[in-house]
Amino acid sequence: MTLLQPSSPHVTSRKSISSVMFWVINATLPGLAVLTYFYGWGYVINALIAIATALASEAGVMALRKRPIGRTLKDGSAALTGLLLALALPPMAPWWIMVVASFFAIVFVKHLYGGLGQNLFNPAMAAFALVLISFPLSMTTSWATPEAISGHALPSFTAQLKNNLEITEFDGVTMATPLDHYKTKIKRLTAAELSKSPEFKQGPLYAIVWVNIAFLLGGLLLIGKRLITWHAPLGVLLGITILALPFSADTDIAIPISLHLFGGATMLGAFFIATDPASCATSNRGKFIFGLGVGLLTYCIRAWGNYPDAIAFSVLLMNIAAPLIDHYTRPRTYGKTKPLKGYKLPENSQ
Amino acid sequence: MSRSDKLWSLVGGVHPPENKGQSNRQPLQHLPLSETVVLPLQQSNGIPAEPTVAVGDFVVTGQLIAIGKHPIATRLHATLTGEVIAIEDHVFAHPSGISVPSIIIKRSDLHASTDTHDSSLEPWYNWEQLPVDALLMRIEAAGISGLGGAGFPTHIKYLGQRPIHTLIVNGIECEPYITADDRLMREHAAEIITGIQIALRMLSAQEAIVGIEDNKPEAISAIRTAITAVNDARLVLKVIPTRYPSGGEKQLLYILTGEEVPSGDIPASLGYVIQNVGTLFAMQQAVQLGQPLIERVVTLTGDAVAAPGNYWIRIGTPIDAVLEMVGLTTQDTDIQRIIMGGPMMGFTLPNAQVPVSKTTNCLLIPTKQEMPDNPEADPCIRCGLCEQACPVSLLPQKLYWNAINREWDQAQLNSIQDCIECGACSWVCPSSIPLVQHYRFTKAEIKREAVETVKANQSRIRFENRQLRLEKEVAEKEIKRQARAAQAAQAQSVKAQTGDTQLDTSAKDAILASVARAKAKKNSQVAVEPKDSLESLQGAVTVALQAVEKTKVKLAAAQAGGLPSVTALTTALEKLEKRAQVAEVALATYIEKTGDPS
Repeated sequence: MTLLQPSSPHVTSRKSISSVMFWVINATLPGLAVLTYFYGWGYVINALIAIATALASEAGVMALRKRPIGRTLKDGSAALTGLLLALALPPMAPWWIMVVASFFAIVFVKHLYGGLGQNLFNPAMAAFALVLISFPLSMTTSWATPEAISGHALPSFTAQLKNNLEITEFDGVTMATPLDHYKTKIKRLTAAELSKSPEFKQGPLYAIVWVNIAFLLGGLLLIGKRLITWHAPLGVLLGITILALPFSADTDIAIPISLHLFGGATMLGAFFIATDPASCATSNRGKFIFGLGVGLLTYCIRAWGNYPDAIAFSVLLMNIAAPLIDHYTRPRTYGKTKPLKGYKLPENSQ
Repeated sequence: MSRSDKLWSLVGGVHPPENKGQSNRQPLQHLPLSETVVLPLQQSNGIPAEPTVAVGDFVVTGQLIAIGKHPIATRLHATLTGEVIAIEDHVFAHPSGISVPSIIIKRSDLHASTDTHDSSLEPWYNWEQLPVDALLMRIEAAGISGLGGAGFPTHIKYLGQRPIHTLIVNGIECEPYITADDRLMREHAAEIITGIQIALRMLSAQEAIVGIEDNKPEAISAIRTAITAVNDARLVLKVIPTRYPSGGEKQLLYILTGEEVPSGDIPASLGYVIQNVGTLFAMQQAVQLGQPLIERVVTLTGDAVAAPGNYWIRIGTPIDAVLEMVGLTTQDTDIQRIIMGGPMMGFTLPNAQVPVSKTTNCLLIPTKQEMPDNPEADPCIRCGLCEQACPVSLLPQKLYWNAINREWDQAQLNSIQDCIECGACSWVCPSSIPLVQHYRFTKAEIKREAVETVKANQSRIRFENRQLRLEKEVAEKEIKRQARAAQAAQAQSVKAQTGDTQLDTSAKDAILASVARAKAKKNSQVAVEPKDSLESLQGAVTVALQAVEKTKVKLAAAQAGGLPSVTALTTALEKLEKRAQVAEVALATYIEKTGDPS
């Protein structure tokens, strides 16, 4: 009789990468639905293009590396990257922006660093930064306008598809994002005057706020399913709040704290981007510091930088800092009085 | 503080399916006696005991058969009445499948359902009046070692090296499938309570806290009733939430008291002794009834077992015999692994000849469907689920990267030595990475490197000392040489001053004389043949043969004594034999040439 002698444990929870990715993708769906409701089919079309490109790029890399293609595609990580890109990029953006971004995210940011789990940077955010810097015009003039503001009906699925494929252009329905809009207009107007402008006149619950609430709910679902911890998201929101409290106190000169927290990509960034495990810090404390850094940098770039939104750059900068954070945020293990810090083993450790 | 109802919550932890229902519904049963038992002299990781019986001896159940000179060796008792048929190496309960010297006993009367018992240990019903030292000696004499975990000899915990204030009784049994302690608590609560009182007396501790997980309501009520019955204020029962691995010694201490055992130390450093309920039962049996440790409760479970349950099994019963008794043959193709212990921390056996040991709390024989092979590992996505599950607050994914990149220093920075190998990280891993295996490998490599560093340091010191010695020798030689040179120079200067030519001539004469001697010698060698006489050649042969004989005697003596001169003598013998041969050949040639018949 030959007995197998595998190492313990002999049972596992039978979780899989694809089940983790599946739940993260599910958690973005409320956000995608609200985006589509307010801004039209652009996000869905972009998601289809980005996911298709991501899968094709990953398959290509796997073929080049002579690795099993089906097994890798099935894990769902490439699809998630494509989806996050589509959620972050403007809905009216031409198709090739999605293709370039998605291809860059998968091939350069993910696989050239070694593939799944090895990427130093968040693939979606690195690709976002690439297309933002490379194609600034398309990136700033492709944001859709909700029906309530423009007074025009949202384009139909086919019209939107034709627009994004650059067959016929859909004119007159793009606008600056609320963050951008507020930032530029507040230089000339008071907050009271701005609140009467078409962008903000619907009251406090205008489109982007609903979108952020949807992403917040999706994020809470992930925390509830224990797929992410609360540390990084709380860090991001706290980081923004810490700077917003003093510097955004006067809404006649600065973007108000409510718009900082519920405008732009804040909730998407806090719950779906800053929690990317591969490029984030490792320990819970590390994740919190990582998130805090993202939040502080986001506020700084939004308030005093040139870019209307800043999640991508803050995340990339904190990605660089993540290994350093790791060395100084090891948890205190059972039976030790304090955690070990730094790079070198203490002399008397053994 | 521990008096309060407050519990501290386990850090991390997981909830694997319990699978206890298969085995905890049937009462404890005795398994029939096997034909033979195999008792490894080494029962734990400790030092092996030495046999006090010889092959062919007749022994009765409970008779002492091996005793340890070292305190960490546990005593062994015969677990069958019969004949010692062998004392030889036999595979034992260890994942590596190594063999250790074992005493093998064959049952004398195969038809009897019971056997005779040794009665050298008398029952002590009055243990409360006996001195603590006597109790301690009884625990040692009964061969009791920890039945819950590592199998450490129990009496060591009671030597009183450090003051103990609280006894923690471990009735947690957090591993899935295992229900041995559960059944024991349900059916023998009173004995366990007596065991606790014995332990308290030996430790002179003020309190005992019994910890049981809330998934064992029957055991909880049995223990509660037994505590009420003895009306002992020192005993406290604490029911803790079910979560793996709450039963780990250090984890349990934290849950019950909020105190953490310092890294690398034992609970006694904080004044605690932790004892498994099975061990306390065995202590009660040893003290009150004079029963040495010859059997224990083993959970037989897994889908391959037709009648899962808990059985009293004699220590040393080979596992194939156990399987046969519960209607399983090892030829069953459905059996692909036998796990000793639970599914989280148990180890797989190399074969079914392994005997049940004092630490065998469970034999888990799953079917392939129940525990399929581990799927191929996917890449680590650093999701951190392992980190949330770790009961020691390690960063398992970091340790994994350290392991595959062979960064042993980094692994130590990430506190690999604090890993308790509970398997919670592997259990949650969505990439199915065998994390614990990686950690065991890392720990072994760190240990190996440490040993090598010590060795390297020793050889470095040896080398440096040798260098110093050689340098010193060279320096001394140099001083001597210089002294000689100075002497010679002095002699030269004396010679030059005197201008004596006689010295010169005498030296020349000496040289000439030596040259002449050398010539004469050479001539004599060349002319050996014509000059040779029969007598001289015969004499040479005799002398050579005598020398050979003498050396042979010396060599034999050296070999018998194992002296280091053996090699030198061997070469010398070879040379002498050659010389004798040459002499014989010379003699033969001479006789041939001269035709001398004599």
